[in-house]
Amino acid sequence: MRIGLFVTCLGDTLFPEAPKATVTVLERLGHEVVFPQEQTCCGQLHLNSGYRDDALALAGRFARIFDGFDAVVSPSSSCVGAVRELSPEAAPRVFELSEFLVGKLGVEDVGAYFPHRVTYHPTCHSLRVARVGDAPLRLLRAVRGLELVELPEAEECCGFGGTFAVKNADTSTAMVSDKCRAVLSTGAEVCTAVDGSCLMQIGGFLSRQRTGVRTMHLAEILAS
Amino acid sequence: MTSFPEAARIALGDSQLRHNLRNATTTIRDKRARVVAEVPDWEELRDAGRAIKADVMHRLGDYLLQFEASVQAAGGHVHWARDAAEANAVVAAVARAHGADEVVKVKSLTTDEIELNEALEATGVHAIETDFAELILQLDGDWSSHILVPAIHRNRSEIRDLFLRTIAIGRELSDEPRELAETARVYLREKFLNAKVGVSGANFGVAETGTVVVVESEGNGRMCTTLPPVLVTVLGIEKLVPTFADLEVFLQLLPRSSTGERMNPYTSLWTGVTDGDGPQEFHLVLLDNGRTRVLADEVGRQALHCIRCSACLNVCPVYSRTGGHAYGSVYPGPIGAILTPQLRGIENAKSLPYASSLCGACYEVCPVKIDIPKVLLHLRAQAEKTVAERTVMRALARVFGNARLYERSQRLARFAQRPARQMPGPLARWTQSRDLEPMAKETFREWWSRERGA
Repeated sequence: MRIGLFVTCLGDTLFPEAPKATVTVLERLGHEVVFPQEQTCCGQLHLNSGYRDDALALAGRFARIFDGFDAVVSPSSSCVGAVRELSPEAAPRVFELSEFLVGKLGVEDVGAYFPHRVTYHPTCHSLRVARVGDAPLRLLRAVRGLELVELPEAEECCGFGGTFAVKNADTSTAMVSDKCRAVLSTGAEVCTAVDGSCLMQIGGFLSRQRTGVRTMHLAEILAS
Repeated sequence: MTSFPEAARIALGDSQLRHNLRNATTTIRDKRARVVAEVPDWEELRDAGRAIKADVMHRLGDYLLQFEASVQAAGGHVHWARDAAEANAVVAAVARAHGADEVVKVKSLTTDEIELNEALEATGVHAIETDFAELILQLDGDWSSHILVPAIHRNRSEIRDLFLRTIAIGRELSDEPRELAETARVYLREKFLNAKVGVSGANFGVAETGTVVVVESEGNGRMCTTLPPVLVTVLGIEKLVPTFADLEVFLQLLPRSSTGERMNPYTSLWTGVTDGDGPQEFHLVLLDNGRTRVLADEVGRQALHCIRCSACLNVCPVYSRTGGHAYGSVYPGPIGAILTPQLRGIENAKSLPYASSLCGACYEVCPVKIDIPKVLLHLRAQAEKTVAERTVMRALARVFGNARLYERSQRLARFAQRPARQMPGPLARWTQSRDLEPMAKETFREWWSRERGA
């Protein structure tokens, strides 16, 4: 299958390891991955900040750039959700990585080996917007050597919410503080998720507190 | 109005409040999830609730006239109130006409919204709150922080201390819930029996029959609506349902969503006046107070579907940490964040549409499927932005609109970035509690070009 890779602006700029790992996994499964260089942002930032017209323009741009692929795959449920909201014409072909692997390709074991204790944070947009269901957990359970531990109050928001983390910094901090308390209670070495932005929030707090627990994108675990 | 972030900061620092809220919201949330899971056709019920409410909004004018005629035919008096002042004046006039200097009240958000108690007080009429939690707040000069559990921010030892200061001075009192309830009961019984006028809000008004419905847990509401010889009910115009049969849907949705009960303990229904039974004079005030303006907004009007169950508050990660007072309105939580700006005008509640991480938990539990995240975004689009923000967002739109400009900006950002512990400008609010990894030495696209040659 010829797959268009949508890396997202944050993934491209701040955490390139997640899209790199996405390439590794998809190519390992025998697919052709193409990175259209014209891609930038899907429009979510503008949509969520109240600039709908700018958001629609960016989504239109996205749809043109990713026209003609069998599928468009992204390591971010949040951006995939925004594309589905803003661009009905592109929506049917755009997938978050885990839902693409499990739902479209029917693959759960991607041949990964990751001998660590891991807890999984289901991000809000993966649960309630992109609706990837338990695809990430199925993939994690098939990783060799990986010990998966359940995260208490898993479905509660980490407090990122885009500009919310800055506009309501105190509330956002209270939320991530509870999330990190839950992460620490599992005794996991790694907290994983399908959205780099939420991991930036959780990881940033874990790092500031010097907890010694790290965050990793699901794609990175699957590529290992 | 204090902005949400400022008000929230104060609440977040109150560890007792955080503890009380966490306990209470988690308990109700879990109870709700259990009893909702028992209903096999829950999703169909939600769809039905949404459809009925949407129909009411589309034909509200007709239903209101039908409702008015039904109430009048059953012997009730109907008053139309454009705003809070008009509604309060009606209630005050009824109290005055009966020489009442005290009225007993059922817990009611609508009368809180119009600040009826304060308005009555100004005319020399004291309104006594008879809901246990509302009484606690009234005795303490405090105000509600939750739609359903107004004193959710108080725990029982705080309530014991309050009673010892007010209605149980010099008495022995423990913090056992039964003893606290008994203290309130003794105090309130006397008030119920002596009141000439009762005041209530209502959950539903049935257009077809003129029936008014109050749903409650304690029975105090039923005493207010049956013991005094005169009853005044203030009803928001959006609370109508077309037919009596429609109640079947909402009386299933409401208790399970709100208190996590299969059925609420008391459901009182009355239609006008009945000879020799209950109040012999019934006044109904139909309140607009901004609602027709909300109705005119095609996206925003779904906020009027709300049946005040408060399920969205209990699941909200923001509300469950800040509590209700931060929302600066009788309607707190996610529903308040979309209702208050619409009722008051968005310029008077600018920060509320942003008081959400857009996690979507509210939409998932709403019994009438109000798409709260969608309305939040709709309101954000209407909100006035600062010049600085507009400038940044316009610049970003230009950068994202041109891949070459975007690539140059990435390189510039990497060159200009500061150490992770302190970001510049408003972004400093990120690094006040969180580290930020320095930007990677190579963006993804640079890596791709190097590895795959563009």
